[in-house]
Amino acid sequence: MALDGSKSEFKLVGTRPLRPDGIDKVTGRAKFGADAYAAGMLHGAIVRSPHAHAKIVKIDTTKAEAMKGVKAVVTRADFIDGLKGEMWNVLENVMAGDKALYDGHAVAAVCATSTLAARDAAKAIEVTYEILPHVTDVDKAMAKDAPVIREGAAAPGTPEGMHPNVVGYHESGHGDVDKGFAEADLVIEETFRTEATHQGYIEPHACLATMGNDGKGEVWCCTQGHFHVAKVCAALLGTDASQIRVTASEIGGGFGGKTAVFIEPVALALAKKANRPVKVVMSRSEVFRATGPTSSTSMDVKIGMKKDGTITAASGVFRLQGGAFPGAPASFTAMCAFAPYALENVKQIGWDVMSNRPKQAAYRAPGSPMAAFAVESVIDDLCKGLDLDPIDVRLKNASRQGTKASYGVTFDRIGLVETLEEAKAHPHYSAPLAEGAGRGISCGFWFNHGGETAVSLALAEDGTVSLSVGTPDIGGSRASMGQMAAEELGIPYEKIRTTIADTATLGYNEISHGSRVTYASGLATIEAARDTIRKLCARAAAKWKIDPEAVVWEDGCAKPSGPNAGEFEPMTLAKIASSMGRTGGPIVGHYEATPEGAGVSFATHIVDAEVDRETGSTRVTRYTVIQDAGKAIHPSYVEGQFQGGAAQGIGWALNEEYIYGEDGRLQNAGFLDYRIPVASDLPMIDTVIVEVPNPGHPYGVRGVGETSICPPLAAIANAVSNAVGIRMTELPISPPRILAALDGAK
Amino acid sequence: MIHVNTKINGDETEFLCDPRETMLDVLRDKLALTGAKEGCGTGDCGACSITVDGRLVCACLMLGAEADGREIGTVEGIATGEKLHVLQQKFLEHAALQCGICTPGILVATKALLEKHPDPTETQVRYWLAGNLCRCTGYDKIIRAVMDAAKDMREAA
Amino acid sequence: MMRFEAPDSFEGAVALLAAEGGTTRVLAGGTDVLVQLRSDMFTPDLMVDIKRIPGVHDVTAEGGGWRVGAAVSGAELNEHPEVKKDWPGVCEALDLIGSTQVQGRATLTGNLCNASPAADSVPAMIAAGAVVTIAGPDGEREAKAEDIATGPGKTSLKLGELVTSVFLPARGTGGGDCYLRFIPRTEMDIAVVGAAVSMTVEGGKITAARVSLGAVAPTALLVEDAATAIIGSSLDEAALTALGEAASAAANPISDKRGTVAFRTKVAGVLAQRAAKTAYERAIK
Repeated sequence: MALDGSKSEFKLVGTRPLRPDGIDKVTGRAKFGADAYAAGMLHGAIVRSPHAHAKIVKIDTTKAEAMKGVKAVVTRADFIDGLKGEMWNVLENVMAGDKALYDGHAVAAVCATSTLAARDAAKAIEVTYEILPHVTDVDKAMAKDAPVIREGAAAPGTPEGMHPNVVGYHESGHGDVDKGFAEADLVIEETFRTEATHQGYIEPHACLATMGNDGKGEVWCCTQGHFHVAKVCAALLGTDASQIRVTASEIGGGFGGKTAVFIEPVALALAKKANRPVKVVMSRSEVFRATGPTSSTSMDVKIGMKKDGTITAASGVFRLQGGAFPGAPASFTAMCAFAPYALENVKQIGWDVMSNRPKQAAYRAPGSPMAAFAVESVIDDLCKGLDLDPIDVRLKNASRQGTKASYGVTFDRIGLVETLEEAKAHPHYSAPLAEGAGRGISCGFWFNHGGETAVSLALAEDGTVSLSVGTPDIGGSRASMGQMAAEELGIPYEKIRTTIADTATLGYNEISHGSRVTYASGLATIEAARDTIRKLCARAAAKWKIDPEAVVWEDGCAKPSGPNAGEFEPMTLAKIASSMGRTGGPIVGHYEATPEGAGVSFATHIVDAEVDRETGSTRVTRYTVIQDAGKAIHPSYVEGQFQGGAAQGIGWALNEEYIYGEDGRLQNAGFLDYRIPVASDLPMIDTVIVEVPNPGHPYGVRGVGETSICPPLAAIANAVSNAVGIRMTELPISPPRILAALDGAK
Repeated sequence: MIHVNTKINGDETEFLCDPRETMLDVLRDKLALTGAKEGCGTGDCGACSITVDGRLVCACLMLGAEADGREIGTVEGIATGEKLHVLQQKFLEHAALQCGICTPGILVATKALLEKHPDPTETQVRYWLAGNLCRCTGYDKIIRAVMDAAKDMREAA
Repeated sequence: MMRFEAPDSFEGAVALLAAEGGTTRVLAGGTDVLVQLRSDMFTPDLMVDIKRIPGVHDVTAEGGGWRVGAAVSGAELNEHPEVKKDWPGVCEALDLIGSTQVQGRATLTGNLCNASPAADSVPAMIAAGAVVTIAGPDGEREAKAEDIATGPGKTSLKLGELVTSVFLPARGTGGGDCYLRFIPRTEMDIAVVGAAVSMTVEGGKITAARVSLGAVAPTALLVEDAATAIIGSSLDEAALTALGEAASAAANPISDKRGTVAFRTKVAGVLAQRAAKTAYERAIK
């Protein structure tokens, strides 16, 4: 559905009403994944491999099964046999088969009458392993002598002769990069590395499941996609998707990490075997060891530039380590890398590489932030080498409407230039810098996504509205959905209650990912409201005995479209609803579609950082996010997404990393040593919302959740590199790395 | 099992607990007070913040058995009847929460802060809350909500 | 099955600890013990909570110094204006441990007996010349703070013994101390390097000093060479350089997830210098 040009004046869109789930969330009443309890409920615990790579020789559950309060034990044998393709991968990750593939891989599970009893029983399950050689580094995993995770996992199109751990290949671009580099006045080529990071949501995965031997199950869980959970659970347990009803709880953060399924099938298998409800809650250490962190990367980027700042060619090779299964977003990394720039000659290659680590999962714009780190670092070095202003150079090369993007599409209306112009004019960019501080800027890009969406909107007799959407609310979307419905219907925001419907009461909805919720569920909400309006107008037309086409909806009322239609008193929504039982029955509007006009999004970030040259300590002292939101429905939550992305990016740039020991075990599986930013680490984060309407949404909305994490790694790396006078090429830019670089430069 | 007599949000409460159960386990699993969350279980995230005899602590770093004879305060005790505490109201107005999982702990912690320091600086608020991890907001709107609540509370005092 | 006891006297605590055939832990603030319990690192057979023992929450003046009860939390100690005035370094070191929430429970005694090489308050106590009182089956004894930890997680306490209080000696005139640590974030981390300096200054000249380093060896170090480097000086550039070099030379760290050998060695010197400067300023105030 295209941008609705007639809709430029808004009553509610763009305002900041209180969120409908607010009181529950400030009083402790809101029910998150672990907050559900059922009569007769048991508690589950999962046994996990302490080895990075090992053959599972034997699992002895006899001691555990004999323990007080233990009701059931499950292993891989309790799941379905014969799955193929991606579902087999999911099952293999949910419960190991012949081999444990990473430290933390689930190998068995138990349920008992208390959490302590379950944990004690898990410790009593004896697993015999035959330890195999392991590899956790991306470059080492590609090397000839690397241990093989699994043969035959490579996707079609992967070049012949590669190590079996190399499972995917992407190549795209246009023009002739060699010719382009030859035309450049300066060419810089550099290698970059980033470590894996974790989404770091504060709520560990949790679920409560019941299942009978008739294959009917119920799941309550914190997830970004409950329809997806139903589909996966049904497949892994050998039942029908419609027999597993999943309700999405309040979700305590996801950022992509709760798009994957880990514990729900295990809880169902335990519940079925014990024939009682089973709750499974991950510990924090399980979250780090056994969910889906990002890929780690190794990247080579080469860019050529003329003296006037024109980029003549750009090429990149991006190697992504994605854990023990295929699926690292190497193609996204490659495709995002040069997307901000209009280039005649560009080539990008991505490699998907397996290693003995947990299977990577999405984390906010998966793959894009690392690419931006490498590319935007090289652009900054070129600007320095040619004595050019970094914003001017980016403006000169910026992608615009009509640009053939580095990854093939031709851009429609986009807002990169607008963010750069805002950045240049922002007081932050011209503010004086403290002694020893550095300033960095970076652009970032994300595709955004539409996806399968269904929304239903039902009227109550008193003229209020029940709006059912199927995308879990991960950041205040019930507020924005309510605003859009109220805007269309012309009734107060407070008259709408938005609910995240369970999988049995609404059509299929894709996961809340790809920054799609405000775009796709928003679009569907607007369309469901318009469907409702058509029905309301028809009721008014019937009452007035005129053609429905002669009725319009204005300010919450059905009105005759003009003098020719006749003279009738406008009928309010409440008035029509009050008699709907007698005028044709309940009024329900709905919309189902797979919208494909998500509209790509760009951002430009400015950051100041101070570095203590004696200790290598970095403080971010000022931060400004400028991003194109298309149209901000609820500006507070748009700003929140900008600020949250920036904060996560600061963590990724400076401190966060997965640290594996020589033994292949994760050494920092907790918030003590996986160091996400704390309140005292950060400054206020300024935001500028740019609104270049997305042609693919009636109000012009673009998703905002992911683009905000694309520029920070590079912006901070540029700021720190400017502060210390040395290009930092490895993330995190930790104090030991900075000090080593300073010592090396002496 | 250990028999414990305590007071929670002003109400006399008794429970039986395993010696290994933490106060957080007891609040959530025994007393159905699920406002305190387990984000880490090791005192690193603050999502289970409660007060014990007025002192801010992590419920995960206290055994249930230790509660005997103490007075416990949780997020469920912050509002008065249907009237929200100023902090709760300000968190809503400033959109100081996205997912809301850290919110109970942050409210308990900031209430303790403002009782001790009614006129805190931004830096003081940030350091006081350093043990309350929030992954969604970047803390910006949280800090603004706390400063605004502090101002209103001072004016009302 | 873990047993939990909360005796009302140290005699009772000693009797329980001495009689237990299995493993034991003393519970003061619990900010380390309960982490170990929840992480399945260590579950004792007997947990003895000492917080019901009269006097353990008290800070009392004694011979010009201060006796700090075994269960006095960081928050409580830092609310004591006189101790803070005498021993700002010890107070700030304890205050640096963990969050505000952890401060509601964490104690000097627990930090000492947990025997982590990176414990923040231990170098400060060592620099201050703190002495602890120990109750045991054979009665009471005293020990220097630096003599408690013998290695990571290991102490010199014998079966049935526990620390009942920490004594911070009389500060006297012209005294100042300071503790600094390096962490990657601004809060919540374990020290990568810690440095404490305590000194007495008379007429601008340092007449006595103690320097202690944390997280650069299996236990916190008392670095006599570093103290020698500044005694007799007015903390001029030469003395500071010598102090930094002595501190770096004494550091014998490992590389781990928190820092490298090179980083810790260098930063030990940097922090010793910075801590000395602050201690000096405090001393001459």
